[in-house]
Amino acid sequence: MPDSQPAIQLDQVSRHYAMGESVIRAVDNVSVFVGSGEFLALLGSSGSGKSTLLNLIAGLDRPSSGAVIAHGQDLSKMSSLELARYRRQTVGMVFQSFNLLPRMTLEENVELPLRLAEVDRSERSLCVRQALERVGLEKRHGHRPSELSGGEQQRTAIARALVNRPKILLADEPTGNLDSATGESILTLLREIQRNPGMTIIMVTHERTLAERFANRLAVMGDGKLLSNGAAR
Amino acid sequence: MKLRDLSDLAFRNLREAVLRNSLTTLGVAVGVASLVAMLSLGVGLQQLATSRLAKSGLFDSIFVTPKSNLRGPGGGPPATRPPDAKARLLDADARAEISHMPNVIEVYPQIRFFTEVRYDGKPFATMVAGMPESSKASGAFDGMQGSFFSSPNADEAILQAEFAKELNPQTSSLIGKDLIMRYAERQSLSSQAQAGDPAGNSGGFSVVPKEKHFRIIGIVETEPASGFGGFGSGRLLIPLPIAETLRAAQVNDLRDILRDSSSDKPTYSSLTVRVKSPSLVGATEAKLKDLGFGAFSLLDVSKTLQSFFTVLDILLAIFSSVALAVATLGIVNTLVMAVLERRREIGVLKALGAADRDVKQLFFVEAGVMGLIGGILGTLLGWLIGRGLALGTNVYLHSKNLSSVDISSVPVWLVLGGIAFAILVSLVAGLYPASRAARLDPVQALRYE
Repeated sequence: MPDSQPAIQLDQVSRHYAMGESVIRAVDNVSVFVGSGEFLALLGSSGSGKSTLLNLIAGLDRPSSGAVIAHGQDLSKMSSLELARYRRQTVGMVFQSFNLLPRMTLEENVELPLRLAEVDRSERSLCVRQALERVGLEKRHGHRPSELSGGEQQRTAIARALVNRPKILLADEPTGNLDSATGESILTLLREIQRNPGMTIIMVTHERTLAERFANRLAVMGDGKLLSNGAAR
Repeated sequence: MKLRDLSDLAFRNLREAVLRNSLTTLGVAVGVASLVAMLSLGVGLQQLATSRLAKSGLFDSIFVTPKSNLRGPGGGPPATRPPDAKARLLDADARAEISHMPNVIEVYPQIRFFTEVRYDGKPFATMVAGMPESSKASGAFDGMQGSFFSSPNADEAILQAEFAKELNPQTSSLIGKDLIMRYAERQSLSSQAQAGDPAGNSGGFSVVPKEKHFRIIGIVETEPASGFGGFGSGRLLIPLPIAETLRAAQVNDLRDILRDSSSDKPTYSSLTVRVKSPSLVGATEAKLKDLGFGAFSLLDVSKTLQSFFTVLDILLAIFSSVALAVATLGIVNTLVMAVLERRREIGVLKALGAADRDVKQLFFVEAGVMGLIGGILGTLLGWLIGRGLALGTNVYLHSKNLSSVDISSVPVWLVLGGIAFAILVSLVAGLYPASRAARLDPVQALRYE
């Protein structure tokens, strides 16, 4: 269950892009606090800046101004090597289009973060098996992504995000490519993961009803600004 | 990432676009093959020339003459020129002394003289040459008909092939037959001359015709160049010790008459001194000069030969490197294409925690693997091309009735060097694509469809 320990703290974060003469304010002066173990849904229409905000939290992008603090570390002050380590150890990511590598089996896809983290080969197979068991795909470990349904592919992506035991799980429209029943089952899985082993989840979505059912808190963005910060439910 | 994981991923990626990567690798292989084939020819020709020359005895030999013989045109008549205190006569004592010098294998005089050979009752005029025992190893007797002298003192003769044909067109039937050699024996008149000439500076000899029987035991294509200083090719070869005992009148005996010959002992117009290896020639030559002899060697010629082959190798390498340069562009092109195609994958890797360095290394290893495989294939192909050229050359030589040669050689350094060079060139080619992949913005890359 969520507690008041800060997992993520955004302090007046802005991300501006120069587009010719004009400046696009994709994220404009946003301050958010996400408690450890909280499931936050980030809502907004397309172009509202919610994905950009998620990329800033993921350490894939740097803010133009402001501070992104994850578990006490200010990402804006990290070197690119430290950011890579942060992405490897502290966060796991799930995408709308799954982003599994097509020529690798499920097992190999899930193993990829362990390879990047230079985990010993002997430990890897156990970690991979546990992660696949957690999402219910242990029997399909030798299959390739193209042999799976969308829901199964997203489960694999979740297993890959979990395999390094990160503290924070970031999901960018995880149900966007799935039918509603499958989407629900994915969100059910995410909520289970939030509770056991216990993880902070930030999910970007535009499906308000699903977000209301599964998340602890809804934050709504529009034009790069935070319109409502919601309240913990 | 660990190297094993990197190479694992690299191999996987290479297999993915197998046709394109195979063609690129083949390009590298062709480049390396041309380099290896060309250099194998350069090395082979050099080895061939060096071994032929080493066997010929030209480069481990020193030509020794008595110093007093070497009077240049400006030297003036003997009486007006102060005698060289160090100059020594080249006689049997000198020969013994030289043969006891360190690193000297053998010392022998050049013995060649005109003779008349009688075979089957008919006369044939020709030149006789004495062959030292060491000439057996010179390579010129390889592939001869019959055999080399059974002993240095055997009354046996080897015929030069053209001469053998004069004796009997069916040359093989000559072996085992006897021939008679008629020659002019030199009988010294020095004792009489000395008695009548108080100055003692006139020598002379009378010439007496003699005959000797020899058994033909072999026929050889050409006379081996057993040292230098001789003139005219010997067409009837007999063991040198036998030739020495004949005391046959030689062409350069005319000089003996003019020479300050006051000794009864035989003197030599020249001696050939063979040392253990060409590298010892310089030092031995200097020592011989210190002893008061004239000495000359072909060492400088051999140095010129070496620099010629070095320049040849460099030129061959430059020409064949053009193919490798084209192959390098092939690698750059393939990897740049791969970076474009795999943008999304690079984005995923970065999102999962790959550092720029990891991405760069991955492309670097892919380039290196193409270089390694291309290098191995290319070296093998280059070796085969070299063998093919050698085979073709030998078929041609054979059709012209010439003995076969090995014009191509791939030593270990060329194999390792070829592979290492291929890897190096591939890594250099991979530099730009790899750093381009590493610089990709993950957010942009993930958005790429």
